[in-house]
Amino acid sequence: MGLALPSKLVKVSGVIASLILTFIGLTAITFTIGRVMPADPVLAIVGDRASQEVYDQVFLQLGLDQPIYVQYLKYLGQLLQGDLGTSIMTAQPVAEDILRFFPATLELATVATLLGIFVGIPMGVLAAVNQGRWPDHVVRIIGLIGYSAPIFWLGMIALLIFYANLGWVAGPGRLDVYYDSIVDPVTGILILDAALAGEWDIFHNAIAHLILPASILGTFALAYIARMTRSFMLDQLSQEYILTARVKGVPEWQVIWGHAFRNVLVQLITIIGLTYASLLEGSVLTETIFSWPGIGLYITNSLFNNDMNAVLGGTIVVGVCFVGINMLSDLLYKLVDPRVR
Amino acid sequence: MQANLTLRGWLLAEVPESKTQARCQRLFISWLEFKGNPVAVVGLLIIASLVAIAVLAPWITASDALEPDLAGRLQPPGSEHWFGTDELGRDIRDRIIWGSRITLYIVGLVSVIVVPIGLMIGIVAGYMGGWIDTVLMRLTDIFLAFPRLILAMALVAALGPGLENAVLAIALTTWSPFARIARAEALTLRNSDFILAARMQGVSTAGILTRHVAPLCMSSVIVRLTLDMAGIILTAAGLGFLGLGAQPPTPEWGAMISLGRQYLIDQWWVPTMPGIAILVVSLGFNLLGDGLRDVFDPKSGG
Amino acid sequence: MKTIRLLLLSLAAATLALGGAQAATPKNMFVQAKDIADIITMDPAEVFELTTGEIIANIYDRIMMFEPEDLQNLVGGVAESYEVSKDGKTITFKIRPGLKFHSGNPVRAADVAWSLQRVVKLNKTPAFIITQFGWTPDNVDSLVKATDSSHVQITITEDFSPGLVLNAMSAGVASVVDMKLVMSHEKEGDLGYDWLKSNSAGSGAFSLKTWKANEIVTLEANQDYRHGKPGVDRVILRHVAEPSSQRLLLEKGDIDMARNLTPDQIKGIMGNSDIAIDGHPKGTIVYMAANAGHPALGKEKVVQALRWLVDYNSMANSFLAGQFVVHQAFWPAGLWASLETIPYKQDIPKARALLAEAGYADGFELTIHTLTNSPFPEIAQAVQANLAKGGIKANIVTLEGKTLWPKYRAREHDIILARWSPDYVDPHSNADAFAHNPDNRLEAKLTGVLAWRNAWADDASNKLAVMARNELDLGKRKQQYLDLQAMLQKKGPFVIMFQQNEQVARRKNLRGFVSGSNFDLVFYRNVTKQ
Repeated sequence: MGLALPSKLVKVSGVIASLILTFIGLTAITFTIGRVMPADPVLAIVGDRASQEVYDQVFLQLGLDQPIYVQYLKYLGQLLQGDLGTSIMTAQPVAEDILRFFPATLELATVATLLGIFVGIPMGVLAAVNQGRWPDHVVRIIGLIGYSAPIFWLGMIALLIFYANLGWVAGPGRLDVYYDSIVDPVTGILILDAALAGEWDIFHNAIAHLILPASILGTFALAYIARMTRSFMLDQLSQEYILTARVKGVPEWQVIWGHAFRNVLVQLITIIGLTYASLLEGSVLTETIFSWPGIGLYITNSLFNNDMNAVLGGTIVVGVCFVGINMLSDLLYKLVDPRVR
Repeated sequence: MQANLTLRGWLLAEVPESKTQARCQRLFISWLEFKGNPVAVVGLLIIASLVAIAVLAPWITASDALEPDLAGRLQPPGSEHWFGTDELGRDIRDRIIWGSRITLYIVGLVSVIVVPIGLMIGIVAGYMGGWIDTVLMRLTDIFLAFPRLILAMALVAALGPGLENAVLAIALTTWSPFARIARAEALTLRNSDFILAARMQGVSTAGILTRHVAPLCMSSVIVRLTLDMAGIILTAAGLGFLGLGAQPPTPEWGAMISLGRQYLIDQWWVPTMPGIAILVVSLGFNLLGDGLRDVFDPKSGG
Repeated sequence: MKTIRLLLLSLAAATLALGGAQAATPKNMFVQAKDIADIITMDPAEVFELTTGEIIANIYDRIMMFEPEDLQNLVGGVAESYEVSKDGKTITFKIRPGLKFHSGNPVRAADVAWSLQRVVKLNKTPAFIITQFGWTPDNVDSLVKATDSSHVQITITEDFSPGLVLNAMSAGVASVVDMKLVMSHEKEGDLGYDWLKSNSAGSGAFSLKTWKANEIVTLEANQDYRHGKPGVDRVILRHVAEPSSQRLLLEKGDIDMARNLTPDQIKGIMGNSDIAIDGHPKGTIVYMAANAGHPALGKEKVVQALRWLVDYNSMANSFLAGQFVVHQAFWPAGLWASLETIPYKQDIPKARALLAEAGYADGFELTIHTLTNSPFPEIAQAVQANLAKGGIKANIVTLEGKTLWPKYRAREHDIILARWSPDYVDPHSNADAFAHNPDNRLEAKLTGVLAWRNAWADDASNKLAVMARNELDLGKRKQQYLDLQAMLQKKGPFVIMFQQNEQVARRKNLRGFVSGSNFDLVFYRNVTKQ
């Protein structure tokens, strides 16, 4: 026992050290890419017709005359003080921008993942239970199509059908414009904010806008989760204890959900975590099609303008989410499955 | 018939007489298993047709599909133009056919770059262990934590837009999972008897890695690669959609959707035809990958 | 696929039950969809982008202005009248009495003088429009000053035609800014630069309520505007980058106007009885520029051959139809002193002969750099096919603007296909860019000048450009600009191809949107909805 504590400490500090290393690597690579990119951040500020004099003035202001490692160290120094710098494109502090754009992505990714969980898992179980019969084939094909379709193309088609032709959902954007800026952004997640403020019209409107892009992103999550659920379930259903349970006369639904599924849950958590993390990166393509002001679009726009503070800030947030969710799912894994400990 | 039977007999003989026969037998049995999986066969057929179409392109197209014909733009699908014409009057069917070469070029080149890099980093890390493992895996994690499309975009933006650079960027963002898989395999292999035996015989580390470890990791890497093909095609299409991939007038499918998307409402065929092409081909790779995994790697599920 | 659709259907049905989408925008609100990703600042001393050029025109009254009721004649804005001295070097403006800023502060002569001084002292990109008159941060306080509470006197030290100076006083940099308000937000002597980036302090028809980058801009009506209160209480510019999305929103009635529809989408929307299409001729021109530093493109006959190779009409009649017309002079048609002749059409034998004379009978290879957004890739591909007819093999590279312009400014291109719009309504604005390159050395770095970027300079055109700039007699000045345009149609690096005709699609119940020839001549104040 006396030995266990220090070794745990070593382990924790090891994890922290490797995390720090990961982020230094992440920012260093991003920074280097930014400096070799031909897009000119000065022109993003002064416009293409600027005279050389104006150009040089801004060039110096941005500190671009210094060697790249000096610029990088400077950035790290600021970062340690919690300062992500100011964005060129929005003229706002990057931290504020992220507080505005990230919740939009969070909202979308969360709903998409929930869709994947609540539809994908039953689909996967259904397929596994009916292995080789038609429900299995249907689920597999749906899974594969969801996995294979170019998402921007699917998004455009869906917009055309469900918004333009059928009018079942609201169009591109997060809200109808006349609802804009009515609710105070407490969480930044519109449906939550609207619900908190008791503005139910806005709540409905936000959901009407959210449902289509979330479904499109959700098809990907759904496909992946259904597919993995199916294979995990198949694995379990062929185990001996299932056979024993069936022989004992345990009802079939209990065999499936009570026995087999419980053991699958552990593996599924990792899969769901991965899916959620990848959706939190923000989907540039979906966000473009649906005029959704999310983090993916923010990073992309900033990248095209070589607005490196914004790109770095966005990358860090996305990286934190990725690492954080992975650690969380590891933790859950250990909680749910004592064998792993 | 007689020959066939003998061949079959040879392939299914219970006791193989030579190394070659044993190897052929293994492949043949895998093939029989694969053949029994209709979904996988469909996948194989799709990919085979893609290759056939790409090879036969000069004979099955009426034009090089690059030259604009402004008088004949945006014609609906019909007997003259099966898939219609695009915004500059080019035959969409011909463009998709020529585009199949680009798709193959992309997946081929990405595989050629990704497999050696991923394999090398993975088996070195797994086999050597220690600090080499730590450093290499930390590097892999950095690339895993990067938003994939964003890293690819940044790289293309840095290298300049174009097909080759897009491929390079995709490769640089795709290798990390391969390294992880190869490492896991190498870890299990490193203490196995035959590796120890080889080491005893004085085979160099490099020799062990290339001749003994790498070949055994190949099957899981290939399965994963096939499953990733769809992702690669979609990423390339995404880059094309953002104007960072192949340059006009190259008929890359993603770029065709990108430039054609404004026609979706009135001339649906312009973006839809290449969209279906991408869908079918990535479906093909996914089906094939699923089948291959069932055959080579039944435990890993999916 | 079936199940996915079923799933989507049921989800959609669920939303429908929840309330679903609501059509039609409120009567007192004018909602337009536009690509507003170009916005980086709202400060009139720095604004140089198309979208903000238009926005600040509705927020700030300028010293001189074009009014939506009459886009042809320059009239006083904040200035009630002006007087030009005999030598043409000094102009005295009389400020309109009784004007108020949105803050309630009165508009004083001191505000007017300070606004110009501020532009010169901050020295941001558009400052050259007025610093070319000889104003510097050191001398501007004495050359631009309020002589009493209602008069401002400006003095130029260079030889510029007073007509040109007055035109420049209608540019964005001549916006009159609320000095008291702005200076109350000053930080470390920045003249309020940091604050004014995302706020407004004007006396125009609207004030800025919110700007959320890449999302939305909201303007609020100035109820006390000098021409009476605007037709709507609020104007909203919503960022919708995809033209297809704009079209869907418009057809559903979720917006009142779509600003970035493509020619083919306009054609598709024409059948909709709720929607009207308005065309507004714009000053934006589309041109190709050949780098004179290139061994082949440096030869006059080769560029001349390019002019004969391009098939202008088939482009203008197909994928550009309705939104671009053929135009071949550097100053846009429909404006004072514009040359509207069309000397070139596709003539392949003529082009081939010229190429042969230049020593390129077998053609050569080059790269066309252009922008990624429509219609540039389409034009580039059509031009590529045109040039092939003369044996010239062109490769196309499409780039985002921020990546393209550095190449152009560093003279690293062969051919650039791009657009240009005048900074203010005087031919000097374009002549200065296209025809006047006083120092062609690489070290001179006249990177704002198009002729310099293409490594081209010509004594005759330089001389004529300066002469026209300084000419006091309007009739003579006009003729000089016509001559200069004709000269550049025959020599120089430019193949000028098209002029834009902006097509705006609106719901029929909305009227009164005015869009003039220049990018910042767009007025919201007469917009009304039934």
